[in-house]
Amino acid sequence: MRVLAGLAAGTLFGGGLALSNMTSPAKVLAFLDVTGAFDPSLALVMGGAVATTTLAYAQVRRRARPLLADRFELPAQTTIDARLLAGAALFGVGWGLGGFCPGPAVASLAFGHAESWQFVAAMLAGMLVMRGR
Amino acid sequence: MRERGIVSRAYRAIEAQRLVAMRRRGGCMSSLLGGVGIGLASGFLLLTLGRIAGISGIVGGLLGPPGPGDRAWRVAFVLGLPLGAALVAAASPDAALVVFPTRGAPLLAAGVLVGIGTRLGSGCTSGHGVCGMARGSARSFAATATFMVVAAATVFVVRHVIGVAS
Repeated sequence: MRVLAGLAAGTLFGGGLALSNMTSPAKVLAFLDVTGAFDPSLALVMGGAVATTTLAYAQVRRRARPLLADRFELPAQTTIDARLLAGAALFGVGWGLGGFCPGPAVASLAFGHAESWQFVAAMLAGMLVMRGR
Repeated sequence: MRERGIVSRAYRAIEAQRLVAMRRRGGCMSSLLGGVGIGLASGFLLLTLGRIAGISGIVGGLLGPPGPGDRAWRVAFVLGLPLGAALVAAASPDAALVVFPTRGAPLLAAGVLVGIGTRLGSGCTSGHGVCGMARGSARSFAATATFMVVAAATVFVVRHVIGVAS
Protein backbone atom coordinates (compact mmCIF):
# COMPACT_ATOMS: atom_id res chain seq x y z
CA MET A 1 0.00 0.00 0.00
CA ARG A 2 2.86 2.34 0.86
CA VAL A 3 4.37 1.64 -2.52
CA LEU A 4 1.08 2.40 -4.24
CA ALA A 5 0.74 5.63 -2.29
CA GLY A 6 4.24 6.64 -3.30
CA LEU A 7 3.53 5.79 -6.91
CA ALA A 8 0.25 7.72 -6.91
CA ALA A 9 1.85 10.78 -5.31
CA GLY A 10 4.76 10.73 -7.74
CA THR A 11 2.47 10.29 -10.73
CA LEU A 12 0.24 13.19 -9.73
CA PHE A 13 3.29 15.32 -9.00
CA GLY A 14 4.93 14.50 -12.33
CA GLY A 15 1.68 15.15 -14.14
CA GLY A 16 1.44 18.59 -12.59
CA LEU A 17 5.02 19.35 -13.60
CA ALA A 18 4.42 18.33 -17.20
CA LEU A 19 1.07 20.10 -17.45
CA SER A 20 2.69 23.36 -16.41
CA ASN A 21 5.73 22.75 -18.66
CA MET A 22 8.05 22.99 -15.70
CA THR A 23 9.72 20.01 -17.34
CA SER A 24 11.10 22.38 -19.96
CA PRO A 25 14.18 24.32 -18.83
CA ALA A 26 13.39 27.07 -21.36
CA LYS A 27 10.10 27.76 -19.60
CA VAL A 28 11.76 27.95 -16.19
CA LEU A 29 14.67 30.06 -17.40
CA ALA A 30 12.23 32.46 -19.02
CA PHE A 31 10.77 33.13 -15.57
CA LEU A 32 14.20 33.60 -14.02
CA ASP A 33 15.19 35.92 -16.89
CA VAL A 34 13.55 38.85 -15.12
CA THR A 35 15.20 41.53 -17.28
CA GLY A 36 14.83 39.62 -20.52
CA ALA A 37 12.29 37.25 -22.04
CA PHE A 38 10.26 37.18 -18.81
CA ASP A 39 7.52 34.56 -18.58
CA PRO A 40 5.61 34.75 -15.26
CA SER A 41 4.15 31.24 -15.55
CA LEU A 42 6.36 29.73 -12.85
CA ALA A 43 4.90 32.17 -10.34
CA LEU A 44 1.44 30.81 -11.14
CA VAL A 45 2.67 27.26 -10.75
CA MET A 46 4.33 28.00 -7.42
CA GLY A 47 1.34 30.03 -6.28
CA GLY A 48 -1.09 27.25 -7.14
CA ALA A 49 1.15 24.65 -5.56
CA VAL A 50 1.83 26.54 -2.33
CA ALA A 51 -1.82 27.54 -1.87
CA THR A 52 -3.04 23.99 -2.44
CA THR A 53 -0.35 22.46 -0.24
CA THR A 54 -1.04 24.95 2.56
CA LEU A 55 -4.70 24.02 2.60
CA ALA A 56 -3.96 20.30 2.32
CA TYR A 57 -1.33 20.37 5.06
CA ALA A 58 -3.65 22.24 7.43
CA GLN A 59 -6.21 19.48 7.00
CA VAL A 60 -3.79 16.60 7.23
CA ARG A 61 -1.97 17.93 10.30
CA ARG A 62 -5.17 17.66 12.31
CA ARG A 63 -4.72 13.91 12.23
CA ALA A 64 -2.79 12.13 14.94
CA ARG A 65 -0.86 10.10 12.39
CA PRO A 66 -0.69 9.43 8.64
CA LEU A 67 -2.82 6.75 7.00
CA LEU A 68 0.00 4.35 6.15
CA ALA A 69 2.78 5.26 8.57
CA ASP A 70 3.32 5.45 12.31
CA ARG A 71 4.07 9.16 12.46
CA PHE A 72 4.68 12.30 10.46
CA GLU A 73 8.30 12.68 9.35
CA LEU A 74 8.68 16.43 9.35
CA PRO A 75 11.99 18.30 9.39
CA ALA A 76 12.90 19.21 12.97
CA GLN A 77 15.51 21.89 12.37
CA THR A 78 14.40 25.48 12.81
CA THR A 79 17.60 27.52 12.77
CA ILE A 80 18.56 29.35 9.59
CA ASP A 81 22.25 28.50 9.36
CA ALA A 82 25.11 29.00 6.93
CA ARG A 83 24.76 25.45 5.63
CA LEU A 84 21.18 26.06 4.59
CA LEU A 85 21.94 29.35 2.87
CA ALA A 86 25.11 28.10 1.19
CA GLY A 87 23.25 25.08 -0.11
CA ALA A 88 20.38 27.19 -1.36
CA ALA A 89 22.83 29.51 -3.11
CA LEU A 90 24.65 26.65 -4.82
CA PHE A 91 21.35 25.15 -5.85
CA GLY A 92 20.31 28.56 -7.15
CA VAL A 93 23.37 28.79 -9.37
CA GLY A 94 22.77 25.31 -10.74
CA TRP A 95 19.08 25.97 -11.31
CA GLY A 96 19.78 29.31 -12.99
CA LEU A 97 22.45 27.72 -15.14
CA GLY A 98 20.51 24.70 -16.32
CA GLY A 99 16.85 25.54 -15.76
CA PHE A 100 16.30 22.17 -14.10
CA CYS A 101 15.64 21.26 -10.50
CA PRO A 102 15.30 17.66 -9.26
CA GLY A 103 11.59 17.02 -9.77
CA PRO A 104 11.21 18.36 -13.31
CA ALA A 105 14.48 16.76 -14.37
CA VAL A 106 13.37 13.29 -13.31
CA ALA A 107 9.89 13.81 -14.73
CA SER A 108 11.34 14.96 -18.07
CA LEU A 109 13.02 11.56 -18.47
CA ALA A 110 9.63 10.47 -19.80
CA PHE A 111 10.37 12.39 -22.99
CA GLY A 112 13.63 10.60 -23.65
CA HIS A 113 16.01 13.49 -24.27
CA ALA A 114 19.71 12.79 -23.77
CA GLU A 115 20.08 16.11 -21.95
CA SER A 116 17.60 14.97 -19.28
CA TRP A 117 19.63 11.83 -18.60
CA GLN A 118 22.85 13.83 -18.55
CA PHE A 119 21.48 16.30 -16.03
CA VAL A 120 20.04 13.61 -13.78
CA ALA A 121 23.29 11.65 -13.85
CA ALA A 122 25.26 14.78 -12.93
CA MET A 123 22.74 15.59 -10.20
CA LEU A 124 23.04 12.11 -8.72
CA ALA A 125 26.82 12.46 -8.80
CA GLY A 126 26.56 15.73 -6.89
CA MET A 127 24.23 14.14 -4.36
CA LEU A 128 26.60 11.21 -3.91
CA VAL A 129 29.44 13.64 -3.16
CA MET A 130 27.31 14.96 -0.28
CA ARG A 131 26.47 11.52 1.10
CA GLY A 132 27.14 11.39 4.81
CA ARG A 133 28.07 15.07 5.00
CA MET B 1 32.96 38.04 -33.28
CA ARG B 2 30.46 39.12 -35.91
CA GLU B 3 29.70 35.51 -36.83
CA ARG B 4 29.08 34.67 -33.18
CA GLY B 5 26.69 37.60 -32.99
CA ILE B 6 24.69 36.36 -35.96
CA VAL B 7 24.55 32.84 -34.58
CA SER B 8 23.51 34.19 -31.18
CA ARG B 9 20.71 36.21 -32.71
CA ALA B 10 19.54 33.22 -34.71
CA TYR B 11 19.39 31.03 -31.62
CA ARG B 12 17.60 33.75 -29.69
CA ALA B 13 15.04 34.12 -32.46
CA ILE B 14 14.35 30.40 -32.52
CA GLU B 15 14.17 30.34 -28.74
CA ALA B 16 11.79 33.31 -28.67
CA GLN B 17 9.52 31.61 -31.19
CA ARG B 18 9.43 28.44 -29.18
CA LEU B 19 8.67 30.33 -25.99
CA VAL B 20 5.87 32.27 -27.62
CA ALA B 21 4.44 29.03 -28.96
CA MET B 22 4.62 27.47 -25.52
CA ARG B 23 3.01 30.47 -23.91
CA ARG B 24 0.16 30.56 -26.40
CA ARG B 25 -0.58 26.89 -25.96
CA GLY B 26 0.22 26.79 -22.27
CA GLY B 27 -1.68 29.69 -20.83
CA CYS B 28 -2.59 30.51 -17.27
CA MET B 29 -4.82 27.49 -16.72
CA SER B 30 -2.12 24.90 -17.39
CA SER B 31 0.22 26.67 -15.00
CA LEU B 32 -2.36 26.95 -12.24
CA LEU B 33 -3.72 23.44 -12.74
CA GLY B 34 -0.22 22.03 -12.80
CA GLY B 35 0.53 23.83 -9.56
CA VAL B 36 -2.64 22.52 -7.97
CA GLY B 37 -1.69 19.01 -9.07
CA ILE B 38 1.69 19.42 -7.41
CA GLY B 39 -0.05 20.67 -4.27
CA LEU B 40 -2.51 17.78 -4.21
CA ALA B 41 0.32 15.30 -4.65
CA SER B 42 2.19 16.89 -1.76
CA GLY B 43 -0.89 16.76 0.45
CA PHE B 44 -1.48 13.16 -0.52
CA LEU B 45 2.06 12.15 0.36
CA LEU B 46 1.77 13.75 3.79
CA LEU B 47 -1.62 12.17 4.39
CA THR B 48 -0.58 8.65 3.44
CA LEU B 49 3.12 8.38 4.29
CA GLY B 50 3.60 11.40 6.52
CA ARG B 51 6.37 12.71 4.29
CA ILE B 52 7.37 16.01 2.74
CA ALA B 53 7.25 15.91 -1.07
CA GLY B 54 10.74 17.29 -1.47
CA ILE B 55 12.22 15.54 -4.48
CA SER B 56 15.84 16.17 -3.56
CA GLY B 57 15.15 14.54 -0.19
CA ILE B 58 13.23 11.64 -1.66
CA VAL B 59 15.99 10.92 -4.19
CA GLY B 60 18.75 11.70 -1.70
CA GLY B 61 17.27 9.23 0.75
CA LEU B 62 17.64 6.53 -1.90
CA LEU B 63 21.36 7.18 -2.18
CA GLY B 64 22.11 6.83 1.51
CA PRO B 65 21.99 3.79 3.76
CA PRO B 66 18.48 2.31 3.59
CA GLY B 67 16.27 3.04 6.54
CA PRO B 68 13.84 0.36 7.69
CA GLY B 69 11.22 -0.12 4.96
CA ASP B 70 12.17 3.20 3.53
CA ARG B 71 13.29 2.43 0.02
CA ALA B 72 10.27 1.05 -1.80
CA TRP B 73 7.97 4.06 -1.56
CA ARG B 74 10.83 6.32 -2.70
CA VAL B 75 11.50 4.21 -5.78
CA ALA B 76 7.78 4.19 -6.52
CA PHE B 77 7.55 7.97 -6.20
CA VAL B 78 10.58 8.54 -8.41
CA LEU B 79 9.16 6.20 -11.06
CA GLY B 80 5.83 7.98 -10.77
CA LEU B 81 7.32 11.33 -11.79
CA PRO B 82 8.06 10.43 -15.43
CA LEU B 83 4.98 8.21 -15.51
CA GLY B 84 2.75 11.13 -14.63
CA ALA B 85 4.52 13.32 -17.14
CA ALA B 86 4.01 10.71 -19.85
CA LEU B 87 0.32 10.35 -19.02
CA VAL B 88 -0.27 14.09 -19.20
CA ALA B 89 1.68 14.32 -22.45
CA ALA B 90 -0.47 11.56 -23.93
CA ALA B 91 -3.53 13.71 -23.30
CA SER B 92 -1.88 17.05 -24.02
CA PRO B 93 1.09 16.80 -26.41
CA ASP B 94 2.26 20.34 -25.64
CA ALA B 95 3.30 19.06 -22.24
CA ALA B 96 6.04 17.03 -23.89
CA LEU B 97 7.69 20.11 -25.37
CA VAL B 98 11.14 20.34 -23.79
CA VAL B 99 13.62 23.01 -24.86
CA PHE B 100 17.20 22.97 -23.55
CA PRO B 101 18.84 26.39 -23.72
CA THR B 102 21.81 24.95 -21.82
CA ARG B 103 23.61 21.88 -23.11
CA GLY B 104 26.86 19.96 -22.77
CA ALA B 105 29.38 20.83 -20.06
CA PRO B 106 27.39 23.75 -18.58
CA LEU B 107 24.36 21.49 -18.20
CA LEU B 108 26.46 18.85 -16.45
CA ALA B 109 27.93 21.50 -14.18
CA ALA B 110 24.40 22.68 -13.43
CA GLY B 111 23.43 19.15 -12.49
CA VAL B 112 26.34 18.72 -10.11
CA LEU B 113 25.60 22.07 -8.47
CA VAL B 114 21.93 21.15 -8.05
CA GLY B 115 22.92 17.80 -6.57
CA ILE B 116 25.36 19.29 -4.08
CA GLY B 117 23.30 22.39 -3.28
CA THR B 118 20.04 20.57 -2.61
CA ARG B 119 21.68 18.13 -0.21
CA LEU B 120 23.70 20.84 1.53
CA GLY B 121 20.64 23.07 1.79
CA SER B 122 18.29 20.23 2.74
CA GLY B 123 15.83 20.91 -0.04
CA CYS B 124 14.85 22.32 -3.41
CA THR B 125 11.92 24.05 -5.10
CA SER B 126 9.51 21.30 -4.01
CA GLY B 127 10.88 20.67 -0.53
CA HIS B 128 11.47 24.26 0.50
CA GLY B 129 9.58 26.23 -2.10
CA VAL B 130 6.30 24.35 -1.98
CA CYS B 131 6.15 22.13 1.09
CA GLY B 132 8.34 24.17 3.43
CA MET B 133 6.58 27.43 2.73
CA ALA B 134 3.20 25.68 3.03
CA ARG B 135 4.26 24.60 6.52
CA GLY B 136 5.30 28.14 7.39
CA SER B 137 8.89 27.09 7.89
CA ALA B 138 11.22 30.05 8.36
CA ARG B 139 14.11 27.94 7.08
CA SER B 140 12.23 27.23 3.89
CA PHE B 141 11.30 30.87 3.36
CA ALA B 142 14.95 31.81 3.77
CA ALA B 143 16.13 29.02 1.47
CA THR B 144 13.53 29.79 -1.18
CA ALA B 145 14.28 33.51 -1.19
CA THR B 146 17.97 32.69 -1.50
CA PHE B 147 17.78 30.26 -4.39
CA MET B 148 15.23 32.38 -6.25
CA VAL B 149 17.39 35.50 -6.10
CA VAL B 150 20.60 33.62 -6.86
CA ALA B 151 18.99 31.75 -9.77
CA ALA B 152 17.67 34.99 -11.29
CA ALA B 153 21.08 36.60 -10.80
CA THR B 154 22.73 33.64 -12.48
CA VAL B 155 20.46 33.92 -15.49
CA PHE B 156 21.15 37.65 -15.64
CA VAL B 157 24.89 37.12 -15.62
CA VAL B 158 24.80 34.30 -18.15
CA ARG B 159 22.38 35.94 -20.58
CA HIS B 160 22.96 39.65 -20.21
CA VAL B 161 26.47 40.08 -18.86
CA ILE B 162 28.36 37.22 -20.47
CA GLY B 163 25.85 37.20 -23.30
CA VAL B 164 25.72 33.47 -23.95
CA ALA B 165 23.24 32.53 -26.65
CA SER B 166 20.22 31.05 -24.92
